[in-house]
Amino acid sequence: MDGLFHSQVDSHEANVVRQRVVRTIFSLMTGAALGVSGALMQSVTRNPIADPSILGVNTGASLFVVSGIAFLHISAPSQYIWLAIAGAMVTAILVYSIGSMGSGGATPLKLVLAGAATSAIFSSLVSAIMIPRTNVMDQFRFWQVGSTGSGTWDSVWTFLPFLVAGFLIAIFTAPALNAMLLGDEVAASLGVRIGFIRLLAAFGAIVLCGAATALAGPIGFVGLLATHVIRLIIGPDMRYLIPMSALAGAAVLTLSDVCGRLLGSPGELEVGVVTAFIGAPILIFITMKAKVREL
Amino acid sequence: METLQLIRKARSRKRRRYALLTLLLCLISFALCFLSLMLGNTIYPVQDVLRVLFGEEVKGASFAVGTIRLPRMVAGVFAGFAFGAGGYVFQTMLRNPLANPNVIGITTGSSAAAVFSILILHGSLMVTSIAAVIGGLVTVFVIYLLAKGSSFSIGRLILIGIGIQAMLNSVISYLLLIGNQHDLPAAMRWLSGSLNGLKMETLYPLLIIVILFTPILLVYGKHLEMMELGDQTATSLGVNVNKARIMLMLSSVLMIALATATTGPIAFVAFLSGPIANRIMGSGYSNIVPSGLVGVILVLAADLIGQHAFEARYPVGVITGILGAPYLLYLLVRLNRKGGL
Repeated sequence: MDGLFHSQVDSHEANVVRQRVVRTIFSLMTGAALGVSGALMQSVTRNPIADPSILGVNTGASLFVVSGIAFLHISAPSQYIWLAIAGAMVTAILVYSIGSMGSGGATPLKLVLAGAATSAIFSSLVSAIMIPRTNVMDQFRFWQVGSTGSGTWDSVWTFLPFLVAGFLIAIFTAPALNAMLLGDEVAASLGVRIGFIRLLAAFGAIVLCGAATALAGPIGFVGLLATHVIRLIIGPDMRYLIPMSALAGAAVLTLSDVCGRLLGSPGELEVGVVTAFIGAPILIFITMKAKVREL
Repeated sequence: METLQLIRKARSRKRRRYALLTLLLCLISFALCFLSLMLGNTIYPVQDVLRVLFGEEVKGASFAVGTIRLPRMVAGVFAGFAFGAGGYVFQTMLRNPLANPNVIGITTGSSAAAVFSILILHGSLMVTSIAAVIGGLVTVFVIYLLAKGSSFSIGRLILIGIGIQAMLNSVISYLLLIGNQHDLPAAMRWLSGSLNGLKMETLYPLLIIVILFTPILLVYGKHLEMMELGDQTATSLGVNVNKARIMLMLSSVLMIALATATTGPIAFVAFLSGPIANRIMGSGYSNIVPSGLVGVILVLAADLIGQHAFEARYPVGVITGILGAPYLLYLLVRLNRKGGL
């Protein structure tokens, strides 16, 4: 407490607390971004298992960032956040177009498989880029698992504008997305510009998860977990779902981070590992509940 | 009468073609074996390699070829065969190229168990091999149980497999983290699969299992052809479908689990070999041996590429990952177009 409120106190404990404060704020923000991103993706793709990690979107962001670091010698977070967003966008388009081919449109199974294949390629490429550069490898190891330990005030400030922009888009599109839950025709007759809204919401989702990945590495299953838990509690209304998913995402990620630090002490277990372990059962659960033809 | 002769002729021609192509695959595998023994920091000519293999002492070559390159090559051959043949059995039995040990998480189950045995139990080679087998079998069982539900579907099986895989991967990361620093290099293999630093002694469990179970696979492989026609047809042709299925499943999981315990999960070999073999040989045969050979070729070729083609040395799993994943995408695009999913 002293460390928080009296900046002149300079004991060891105060410094530790300050470090942890940054880390906590950072993981709250990352979690919120991933939660909202998951909610938006699920609603845009009309698919219960859309999540940045399952669709391979954050592996794409990692690949772009790692290539940027390795080949273009980019080092500032404010620069590679753009790369991450570009990577997320390219991957999202690729995965969605592969997943929605053929009859039945983008079914969960097709999307998941396309995402899994894409992330397999991209993570092999990330390894291929990193292995010969052992000096950068250690520094950027978190690109493969996701960790909030790298959070600093700088990254918080870089993250903030993207977070705000993404949230604004999400809140702006929420009523229209609600209408679209009833089906495209109904939404159109209610005066919703479907194409525009869908594009905007997808863009918001990508900005959020791209920015989060750029700063924390690929953290999986947060969007899936947060959105589903909230939907179970408050129902599918996007106007409430989005802010609540943000809160739930923040809570899940921060909690996972604390768990990871306790479990892994004296080191730490990267938060991406923890979220995968608690989030993957949700995927299994949804799959078991779904009817066969919906797959 | 004439049609019968025609059929007979066509059949024997087909059989000749099959034998010829299998022989060709064998030859390619042998050539790759020799290449991987010859190439390295020092390149030894064929006669030196042969002399070492026949037990003669050759200055320099005995160590490099006999102690370093030979185990590497043998591991590549046997693991490649196990992955290829096992993957083919799964794909054929479940009638879906996507249903294979890589995609549905069996190799990950074996890896997790092997990592646990090495880092936590400090288990011997025997314990680790058994753990890998149990891990693989338990994973199959759990996925099957969860996927069974009210009605079975391959799609559900694959999705659940992907979920289980994500969980197991996080278990592996956790084990690697709490494990002793000293054991880490050995355990890192389980992240991508590699032939580095293998010794001849560590290969024996894999060799024994592959040699013991390949005949079983071949015997029941005949039934596999008939099972492709559907369970009822197979039963009416005199196949004990359940027994055949259990034997095939058990043998291929055993082979794959031990291969994983030895080399780590070499990405996509189990996935790629079957379809490639089917493409070369034509379907309608039991392509177990050709798939195994394709697996051998893939592993050895990818290892050669990883070792020599670039400045840095890549583990074989990274190369097969980069080669295999685009094929997975292509397969998805094709299946989606056909509406097969």
